[in-house]
Amino acid sequence: MKSSRLRRLVAAPYLVWIVGFTILPLITIIYYAFTERGTNSFTFKNILAIRDPIHFNALVLSLWVAFLSTLICLLLAYPLSYILSKLKNGRGRFVVFLFVLPMWMNHILRTLALQNLLSNTGVINGILEFLRLPTLNIMNTPTAIIIGMVYTYLPFMILPIYNSIAKIDDGVIDAAYDLGASGFTVFRRLILPLSLPGIISGITMVFVPSISEFVIADMLGGSKTLLIGNVIEQEFTVGSNWNLGSGLSVVLMVFIVASMVIMQRYDGDGEGAALW
Amino acid sequence: MEKDIIIDLKDISVSFDGEPVLNNINLYIRDNEFITLLGPSGCGKTTTLRIIGGFLKPDTGRVIFEGKDITDLPPNKRQLNTVFQNYALFPHLTIAENIAFGLKIKKKSKEYIKDKIKYALKLVNLEGFENRMPQSLSGGQQQRIAIARAIVNEPKVLLLDEPLGALDLKMRQSMQYELIRLKNELGITFVYITHDQEEALTMSDTIVVMNKGNIQQIGTPEDIYNEPKNAFVADFIGESNIIDGIMLEDKLVEILGAKFPCVDTGFGRNKPVDVVIRPEDVDLVEPEKGIIKGVVTSLLFKGVHYEMDVLANGYEWLVHSTDMVPVGREVGIFVDPYNIQIMHKPISEDEEASSDEE
Repeated sequence: MKSSRLRRLVAAPYLVWIVGFTILPLITIIYYAFTERGTNSFTFKNILAIRDPIHFNALVLSLWVAFLSTLICLLLAYPLSYILSKLKNGRGRFVVFLFVLPMWMNHILRTLALQNLLSNTGVINGILEFLRLPTLNIMNTPTAIIIGMVYTYLPFMILPIYNSIAKIDDGVIDAAYDLGASGFTVFRRLILPLSLPGIISGITMVFVPSISEFVIADMLGGSKTLLIGNVIEQEFTVGSNWNLGSGLSVVLMVFIVASMVIMQRYDGDGEGAALW
Repeated sequence: MEKDIIIDLKDISVSFDGEPVLNNINLYIRDNEFITLLGPSGCGKTTTLRIIGGFLKPDTGRVIFEGKDITDLPPNKRQLNTVFQNYALFPHLTIAENIAFGLKIKKKSKEYIKDKIKYALKLVNLEGFENRMPQSLSGGQQQRIAIARAIVNEPKVLLLDEPLGALDLKMRQSMQYELIRLKNELGITFVYITHDQEEALTMSDTIVVMNKGNIQQIGTPEDIYNEPKNAFVADFIGESNIIDGIMLEDKLVEILGAKFPCVDTGFGRNKPVDVVIRPEDVDLVEPEKGIIKGVVTSLLFKGVHYEMDVLANGYEWLVHSTDMVPVGREVGIFVDPYNIQIMHKPISEDEEASSDEE
């Protein structure tokens, strides 16, 4: 009896946390999403507001930018993780650590630095000008946002993929060579399927936050490029329309949950069996 | 060169980070023999196997397979298969897919693969396991699948790297019989690695005893046990009494101040030697009838025999006997001249290590 009471006592702060910071805010958002501004009467208006071309385009652009950022992260992270996992004496771990290092800096500071590099009068264009090469004009475009996203979220792709490849038993790879497999077959039939769980969690960890990202879009995309995150942010801050902001948030949440469910399905039965 | 030699290792040397692992190994393996590389960990037996399998290239020396030099051939181009120490089954594939792996690469027909899977599972007594996943099998079952996965490719030589190391005693013993049966049914060469001398004695046609990167002795289990070439082999293969002695003349050795007749000749006069006497070869007799007198200091019942320590002339003799002698009893020690093994003393430890097959 005593131990169960103690256990409940220890669990209490977490319960308070979950109720106070997860469940209550969620209920609040859903309440605002389905009520009219001012009158507080029930309505679908805030949800259906996604059909507004400005909102809809922002959502599509967000999904597209998130998709491209995730794809680029994956294409960069996979070969890197593969090479690093083959390094001996913990040198791979050290390089992974170097890639993760920028994460310890403030997000806004990092994005500000990127702004400095990419802007039309920035460092990169300065160098290009000095070399008498044509200058770039990517500031305030979706390209700049994608560069910012890849820069920010790449470590989240590298870590799980590196871990999943490093975990593969060398004996299993030897066994495949022993049975006559070529290097390509070993990759396609062993390394790729066995690292699939890492790929899945990498994709989830990059795609989900980048759909709702607005700081990077704000600082690198200028006012020209609106992502759904920016629209929601503006409804809450500038527009003071919490109901509309909440409605769009709920729509975005549906997309996020859906993408996670799809990812879970691929990872569901056993380690990467789906690819075989 | 003999005709039935399938693998010939010539002057193989390997070192890792400047540390020599194999020193000039010369070894041939006959077709259809069960050969065991036996030695303590770090003796170079696994390295030797990895060189045969193609996972490691020797610094110097050649690997000859059926008369052809395969030293530079990668493992996927060699006509031999390996059963790995930790089974190394593909965790994401079913048992059937695991077994089919090598056959699919060789582009065999679906029918052929299906038949082979069935045949292999029957051979290792795991029929009906096709759709199970490796993790759901016990260690012994996984080991048998690893063997099945290797033999469906019809290798001429099967390399086995301590395949029973992770199994419990009972399972290990039944797998030993299983492996001997498989070997006889398949009629192929087994190159087996173990540090377990009993396993080696039970299963092998030929045993290669290794230590510190050198071959100590090559021979049949009987040879190795009865005629160990040096104190290392004698000590490693079974228990023994290894005593300092002086070879007084041909057929007479002095041990612990007493003169023991033996059958060895050609050591010269008054030469220090190592004398090896197996515990089961020490006869305990009436105190007056023995060559030296001693007192039983400990007695243990071991099932098949009693294990006794007998203190005689300052040396504690290990004795195995089916007759029990109580602790404290005075006894005489007698050893049949045929059961006394005389060995040259190594001058230094290095020499002990390099005294291999000449």
